[in-house]
Amino acid sequence: MTEVLLSLKGLTKAYPGVVANDSVSFDIGTGEVHALLGENGAGKSTLVKMIYGLVKPDSGEMMLRGSPFAPGEPRQARADGIAMVFQHFSLFDALNVAENIALGMENPPKMRDLASRIRDVSETYGLPLDPYRTVGDLSAGERQRVEIIRCLLQDPKLLIMDEPTSVLTPQEVEILFQTLEKLRAEGTSILYISHKLEEIRTLCDHATILRLGKNVGECIPSETSASEMAELMVGSALTPPERGSRVFGDMALDISGLSVPAPSAFGTALRNVHLTVRRGEILGIGGVAGNGQDELLSVLSGEVLTQADAVKLGATPIGRLGPVARRALGVLAAPEERLGHAAAPDMSLTENAMLTGATREGLVKNGFLKWAEATEFAKRVIKEFDVRTPGPENAARSLSGGNLQKFVIGREVLQRPEVLVVNQPTWGVDASAAAAIRQSLLDLAAGGAAVICISQDLDELMEISDSFAALNEGRLSAPRPAAGLSVEEIGLMMGGAHGMEVAHV
Amino acid sequence: MIRLEKRPQPSKAWSLATPLVAVLATMIAGGLLFAALGKDPVEAIRTIFWEPLFGEFSFYYRPQLLVKGAPLVLIAIGLSLGFKAGIWNIGAEGQYIMGALFGAGVGLAFYPFEAWYIFPLMVIAGGFGGWIWAMIPAFLKVRFGTNEILVSLMLVYVAEQFLASMSLGLLKNPEGHGFPGSRNLQQYDSAHNAELIAGTGMHWGVVAALIAVIFAYVLLNRHMTGYHIRLTGEAPRAARFAGVNPTRLILFCLGTSGMLAGLAGMFEVTGPSGQVSIDFNVGYGFTAIIVAFLGRLHPVGILLAGGLMALTYIGGDIAQSNLQLPSAAIQVFQGMLLFFLLAFDLLTNFRISLGKTEVA
Repeated sequence: MTEVLLSLKGLTKAYPGVVANDSVSFDIGTGEVHALLGENGAGKSTLVKMIYGLVKPDSGEMMLRGSPFAPGEPRQARADGIAMVFQHFSLFDALNVAENIALGMENPPKMRDLASRIRDVSETYGLPLDPYRTVGDLSAGERQRVEIIRCLLQDPKLLIMDEPTSVLTPQEVEILFQTLEKLRAEGTSILYISHKLEEIRTLCDHATILRLGKNVGECIPSETSASEMAELMVGSALTPPERGSRVFGDMALDISGLSVPAPSAFGTALRNVHLTVRRGEILGIGGVAGNGQDELLSVLSGEVLTQADAVKLGATPIGRLGPVARRALGVLAAPEERLGHAAAPDMSLTENAMLTGATREGLVKNGFLKWAEATEFAKRVIKEFDVRTPGPENAARSLSGGNLQKFVIGREVLQRPEVLVVNQPTWGVDASAAAAIRQSLLDLAAGGAAVICISQDLDELMEISDSFAALNEGRLSAPRPAAGLSVEEIGLMMGGAHGMEVAHV
Repeated sequence: MIRLEKRPQPSKAWSLATPLVAVLATMIAGGLLFAALGKDPVEAIRTIFWEPLFGEFSFYYRPQLLVKGAPLVLIAIGLSLGFKAGIWNIGAEGQYIMGALFGAGVGLAFYPFEAWYIFPLMVIAGGFGGWIWAMIPAFLKVRFGTNEILVSLMLVYVAEQFLASMSLGLLKNPEGHGFPGSRNLQQYDSAHNAELIAGTGMHWGVVAALIAVIFAYVLLNRHMTGYHIRLTGEAPRAARFAGVNPTRLILFCLGTSGMLAGLAGMFEVTGPSGQVSIDFNVGYGFTAIIVAFLGRLHPVGILLAGGLMALTYIGGDIAQSNLQLPSAAIQVFQGMLLFFLLAFDLLTNFRISLGKTEVA
């Protein structure tokens, strides 16, 4: 590290009831890949929002190349050479790549000039991209490229990347890393936000670890083990979930030749999906977001109906049964989107317990609701899954993401499912809650239930699954035993690099 | 800078207080309006809110409160079920007309035969008339995905033409010397929706409105269908996940609101109004939309809101004749009430904080 590009001193930002950043200080050197490491809610996002001018710090100061730096808005930050790739893309599906990029520019050049500049940049950095393709047709990895190129066109000194690999296959990650290496070689600094320790160890020169808004340590990732970093991040040693040896029973759920058209113009059609899961087995389904995960869950939960015998529970065809009838048979599901899908945000936890618990917990009689029993059920979920809330009368949206997720998973697990389907069970959940949720899935399987876990977190899937399959553009790969699968094989099952290639320079 | 912060959960206190604050704000703003028109604001507000209840002629106005309030409440209760689920029946006025025509039609078909079962039959026919008229937008919506707002609204004008045709043709009083309009049902005992207790304004429509309030309260709080209605309104995807059948819900909500509007029309034509005439409808179906929101789509709230609305109608009439206030001013006054209610409603979910702006 030669000279300091950006220096943060005592940055503090408090929101009502929570201190998001508590006097955080660190330096980013020129041409350095600096990792910002921390759990969900550790304050990483707030910190980078301050650097990018989206949030003003309460106190503390920043120095950019030795002079004070206090961007009032993102435009100012961009003018000073700071660019950011957000975790959630802000792209318009119906426009093409060049149009999307032009929308984010102050003074967009002529479309033809812009297109040729996009081509130049994309070839220089190994990110091939056709400026005239419609964004709606691009894969997640390609969309990320649009965002990266949008940043690179500003010729940034500091590139901030928020969880860039969460939407990529291992092969796509590889390509991204090559681009980042190239940028580093040119002297661009990169602030890399992630909680994936292995990638930080490969890529980053320096790491700053945040916990509960505080800077709790710095390290050189290549010289520090992943478990040491994890302990710094979480604050205590994590016990990995225990997986007792399990015996697989009879066939529980059987999907054969399932094809479902896309629900909307930019949804994904399911194409000839086959899968079977036995009692006591956990089937992990990986894949990059938007490859049919939501659609698969809807088909299993009964929100979308299919031909009767495309989905079978044991020998019973259930493809034409709606959610209530499936719950009665023991097929339960927990969708990815907590607020608005798995739970109604403005309704109380009691009412949300009624949402899926009505049938199996006997909370309804002749159409009339038994609220006292529903409250009891909600309390039981809160207690057994350690949901932090003052009580079941609180609205779902008042809970933190992790706590609501524990409630949602707990609500299904406590109904003693025969088959449980979960989508992204630990997305946006802190490490200890995630461990608890995974443990509950393992326990459920040990008790003889079949579990299908759809997730984009490969570490999670490797930790709990017995067999593994991947969704790619609505097709499901043939399931394989999870033990002994290499990262490369998994990546290929996920569709490899989705046609993405490194440009030859 | 003033800015709004979303509350972690809706404030119970504000959701109860907003109607009162809104009425208060309407009184102030309305007072200013009346003052600008050169009238004594205190006197005008007193005339609107006090005179009908406790003034010199309140013995006449109090029954009028029930007569005007009952159809509003009855229709608004039905509408609120749909509104809660995001199903917008704007055509209650048309369903009200059709209920009146069906009800009166059955009654007139029996004339002059007297029997105890004629009135119950008319009630059933009235409810059916409203129901079938609401089933048109419902069916078109579930079958072809049409917009129920437009279809139900346009059917109001169809119903109005139908009403005109009926009062000039089929239902015209043969002994009416050629005047448009049906026989007066008040003079036909078996079909007359008479006051249950003389001089109180209490007729069967009032009873039906009270029953509807209780029915809606139980449905929404204790029954699966009501829970599904609320769930659909709050989070449609979660409702799908819970197993709500949207088709059935649309048919139920539109059908029920149509039936209640039809009943209101039937009780009106057989009671206070007395006969089918070209301009028999006076806009209850539209005013009920305001009542439903003023009552925050809650059954008890709607009961109170219907009373309040009836009060401003009667008080407004008195103010027009006693103080020579223009009727447009009264309508502005009623509009203010809805405006302030919706404005203050924001405070249920947001709190105002004074501080520097910031994008979080």
